[in-house]
Amino acid sequence: MSNLLIAPMIIPIMTAVVLVFLRDNVRVQRIITLITMGGVTLISLFLLVEVQQNGIMRLDFSGWLPPFGILFVGDQLALLLVTVASIVTAACCIYAFSTIGEAHEKMFFYSFVLMLIAGVNGSFLTGDIFNLFVCFEVMLLASYVLVALGGGKRQLRESLKYVLINVVASWMFLVALAYLYGAIGTLNMAHISSRVMEAGQDPVLTTISLVFLIVFSLKAGLLLFFWLPGSYSVPPTSVAALFAALLTKVGMYALIRTFTLMFPLQQDITHTILAVMAVLTLIAGMAGAMGGRDIKTIATYNVIIGVGFIMLGVAIANEQAMMGVVYYLMHDMVAKALLFLCIGMMMYLTGETVVKNMSGLIRNYPLFGWLYFLGLCALVGIPPLSGFVGKVLIGQGAITGGHYVLLAIGFASSVVVLYSLLRIFLASFFGETIIVLEDEVPIRKGMMGSLLVLAACVIFLGLGANYMMPFVEAAAAVLVDPSIYIDAVLPQGND
Amino acid sequence: MESVMVILVGILVTVATYLILSRNLIRVILGTALLSHAVHLLILTMGSLKKGNVPLLSDSDGPYTDALPQALILTAIVISFAVTAFVLVLTFRTYGTNKTDDLQKLRGNADE
Repeated sequence: MSNLLIAPMIIPIMTAVVLVFLRDNVRVQRIITLITMGGVTLISLFLLVEVQQNGIMRLDFSGWLPPFGILFVGDQLALLLVTVASIVTAACCIYAFSTIGEAHEKMFFYSFVLMLIAGVNGSFLTGDIFNLFVCFEVMLLASYVLVALGGGKRQLRESLKYVLINVVASWMFLVALAYLYGAIGTLNMAHISSRVMEAGQDPVLTTISLVFLIVFSLKAGLLLFFWLPGSYSVPPTSVAALFAALLTKVGMYALIRTFTLMFPLQQDITHTILAVMAVLTLIAGMAGAMGGRDIKTIATYNVIIGVGFIMLGVAIANEQAMMGVVYYLMHDMVAKALLFLCIGMMMYLTGETVVKNMSGLIRNYPLFGWLYFLGLCALVGIPPLSGFVGKVLIGQGAITGGHYVLLAIGFASSVVVLYSLLRIFLASFFGETIIVLEDEVPIRKGMMGSLLVLAACVIFLGLGANYMMPFVEAAAAVLVDPSIYIDAVLPQGND
Repeated sequence: MESVMVILVGILVTVATYLILSRNLIRVILGTALLSHAVHLLILTMGSLKKGNVPLLSDSDGPYTDALPQALILTAIVISFAVTAFVLVLTFRTYGTNKTDDLQKLRGNADE
């Protein structure tokens, strides 16, 4: 039964290998990719329900009991994120089918996408921090290739910077791991947590946790996001959407695990730093989103605002805020993918990236226009769409915890999101039509289909909040009380 | 022994930092390779360098050497090897298309 826990990682890897041999058969590649992602989504949904009924699941590889072996742990948070990530990847693949072009497809594009999602799912599921590093690297190597694939002048230039910054970040990850192993003698996350609980979090451990903070902030784009706008704006749309939806979320997931499970005891220090970083990220993101002139810049700075907002919730760290964080993470994956696909579609249709040069798109493409509007509403947090629930919960958490400044800045960011995206909507979708009927580029079915899938998810996460709440509550309970996680992972009396 | 190792790690990191901050791409990559060597030594040192027997129950009855750092380093070496190989190819392609390996010239235009 618990063997199924490896499926979200192993199935994409195996399929990726198979796809390498089907290089020339683009059609078969597409079909297999879609079936794989659909299958992974179904399996992770099944696992999610199973975990909700029977408690946290764990899989010890080759029977080595924790804390000795490497293991996968499926709790509600991990499985919710795996499920949403798989759906988003499927949607981005559908978009890629009709846009990415044969040159990409024959250069193993789908294999690398599958490798990427394997790394992402592995990072969510693993219960061992060194294994987290390995899964990160799987994900990053695939992302290096996806950024550089295509090989334009600007693309190669930016991808080189992206690779180098991540190599240095991975190096710091290893440094932190080395110190952690030296200080505490274990790498199993639950075991680290239980040892920290027993011995207390002394200054050395807090320092190590801060090194982890720097590493994961680099990956999540929390304050250290200087690499993000450049590298997210060069790859093709479907890749950029995947990155915006998944990569920063993995960094945030790691941050959440670090500061709720492993090092939760010195909140005066760690969570204050987190809060300051989140606020600075929000302010910088807001400035960028307001000042941006082209749609790609505005969209990437919206990613940064999303990161800042979620980390506000992590810094507040009470149960309501944590529920909000879990909900907003899911929402942000779906909604950011939708936003990036819409932005990419606008560039595909008009060949322009500057807001001012587009106008009147809604008359040519009414359905697309309203889908963009739906994504906008979701990102701003207008009920009954998905962003609303997360924002309310984080807001409630801030009020309960008495963090009014964080509350104000968090909600100010919503206004800026509204301003920046509504500006695109008013300038580019309304106004005089610039595309005459004869020159209209047709929207292909696949592109519209992927947007519709994501829009349906956004609506479901909003309207179906009642169905999601039990899962989100259980996920937040683990984050607030790490002993649930420890008890599920470590066999009793084995320490 | 540990302190000597840590000083060595420090020297390696210093050299690597110097290389990474230079303008020439190949030197930057050499820098990242050195960085990874430094951290492998650091992991080894952090697992403590005490002498012990091979960690096999049939061969001796302790004290055993901790084998885990070696396993971690082996994994890390494989990963850094793959990444370095990839970066070298990427650099070669970037040099081919952009006609320069000077990072200062790869900064991009101000309007982007």
